[in-house]
Amino acid sequence: MASDKSASGPQGMVIVGAGECGIRAAMALREEGYGGPVTLIGAEPHLPYERPPLSKAVLLGDDAPSPKTIANEARLFEAAVLHLSSVTATGIDREAKSVSLSNGRGLHYSKLLLATGADPRPYALAEGLSHVFTLRTFDDALAIRSRLGPGCRLAIIGGGFIGLELAAAARTRRADVTVIEAAPRILGRAVPTEIAQVIHARHAREGVRILVGAAIADMKEQNGGILIKLQPALKDEAGPSAVQADLVVVGIGAQPNTALAEAAGLTVENGIAVDAHLRTSDPDIFAAGDCCSFPLAYQDGRRVRLEAWRNAQEQGTLAARNMLGGRQAHVAVPWFWSDQYDLGLQMAGLADRATQVVRRDLGSESFLLFHLDAEGRLVAASGIGPGTSIARDIRLAEMMIARGARPDPLKLANAESKLKALLAA
Amino acid sequence: MAGWIEACGADDVDEEDVIRFDHEGRTFAIYRSPDDEYFATDGLCTHEKIHLADGLVMDDIIECPKHNGRFNYKTGQAKGAPVCVNLKTYPVKVEGGQVFVQID
Ligand SMILES: Cc1cc2nc3c(=O)[nH]c(=O)nc-3n(C[C@H](O)[C@H](O)[C@H](O)COP(=O)(O)OP(=O)(O)OC[C@H]3O[C@@H](n4cnc5c(N)ncnc54)[C@H](O)[C@@H]3O)c2cc1C
Ligand code: FES
Repeated sequence: MASDKSASGPQGMVIVGAGECGIRAAMALREEGYGGPVTLIGAEPHLPYERPPLSKAVLLGDDAPSPKTIANEARLFEAAVLHLSSVTATGIDREAKSVSLSNGRGLHYSKLLLATGADPRPYALAEGLSHVFTLRTFDDALAIRSRLGPGCRLAIIGGGFIGLELAAAARTRRADVTVIEAAPRILGRAVPTEIAQVIHARHAREGVRILVGAAIADMKEQNGGILIKLQPALKDEAGPSAVQADLVVVGIGAQPNTALAEAAGLTVENGIAVDAHLRTSDPDIFAAGDCCSFPLAYQDGRRVRLEAWRNAQEQGTLAARNMLGGRQAHVAVPWFWSDQYDLGLQMAGLADRATQVVRRDLGSESFLLFHLDAEGRLVAASGIGPGTSIARDIRLAEMMIARGARPDPLKLANAESKLKALLAA
Repeated sequence: MAGWIEACGADDVDEEDVIRFDHEGRTFAIYRSPDDEYFATDGLCTHEKIHLADGLVMDDIIECPKHNGRFNYKTGQAKGAPVCVNLKTYPVKVEGGQVFVQID
């Protein structure tokens, strides 16, 4: 590998990936008092920015949007973080402890953080077609936004969060929206059925056509757009046989960017495998955020990978501390939110091990679900409601989950019984 | 300097909790600390202008209900990502069981 010959400069902290996780790590290195060089390598042309608005605010509004930057040039300068934009890390030489870059240069590291995130899963049937997009970057959002408008026929392949948030935004902009989902229901295993039903019903009421259990037979360019042919419905319900769209967005999930780690011989297991301290199989290399799989402390250390914003922040910060010699373990409970129309969904914990679900009704389109395991331990809590109305209770539930609490199901079900009191109990 | 504005009754806010107060097109958050003192800040989070009144109060901290950004509501200080801009705070006094805020 050429990197070792061309690598230059003093050793320091090198971070690959200038997304949510990478920039938080860079800033945390400084907050922890590190005085050596910090280099943040980012393939994208922009300053580090937040992705969640890409399927929400960026698609709305009249003004030309700009990325919601996490740290502007002044802050990066002040923190002495060298951000290399439009530069890709192309290889890691673990012996020489150096990274080779797409600009032909190389960088030595004393500790390296991989925060490479995830990319949209490609869809074979859509390959090479025009009018087909994915939504991960600011540039993706701009491209979709510029084509959205009243009457534009938008087909979204995949009824996951990003697709459904896009559907809501597109309806607000009065596009004609069809969501094509292969599974029997939207949102797969990510959220409980009850919540998926509320979201489905709301989209239907807003005029989104949701086709579930719909298998795509073929896609081709036609009439300045795309014709999506569906396989004949198995059951009696006569769904459409084809969907004609001006614009297609594929949102069938994301896959972790592990190529760099794999080529360097690091262990990869549904993401770059790290231990509780976010260290990879090489003690000088850490990984964090969407690209890594890690032991989930509160569920017996089973290995999981998350695609969630707060996780990327928390892990970036923690990785920075441990790069500086800390021995802190990652213990946070997973948490995410999604906004569609005026509905806010939040979930803390992972519910797949739950054996019992307790429901607390709060109003129309608004309730909390508490997910308990066989021993009565709270393992997850999810909720949906207008705006941020369920936020406080989900946050309190998250603290109960972290403590391994076994709350009384009758109290959980009763909206009169305050979770703050249950937490203190 | 503008005068004191009556915001709410002292009992309208639970201990270690927060409520919303709107006045002349502006919106505020009124807090009651665990040790029974009252405080006021701007109502909207400095990250994405979400109202803090649905947030969770713990000791001196208000946590934003949207993305868990944290502020010290007594000083307005932002406690780190995702919030980096402090919250504006306002003087508060309690008289005759009513909470008053001094809005500039
Ligand atoms: C449209 C959208 C909406 C979302 N909404 C929500 C939401 O509502 N709630 C929520 O909890 N989460 C949401 N998320 C998820 C959240 O944004 C991610 O979990 C978070 O961005 C992950 O941060 P990360 O730094 O690990 O990865 P990323 O943000 O993906 O950043 C990784 C960066 O690394 C760069 N990179 C990769 N390989 C290299 C290389 N070899 N060299 C240089 N650079 C490289 C990439 O270009 C990218 O910029 C959303 C995501 C998207 C895309
Ligand atoms: S709006 Fe308050 S933290 Fe984002």
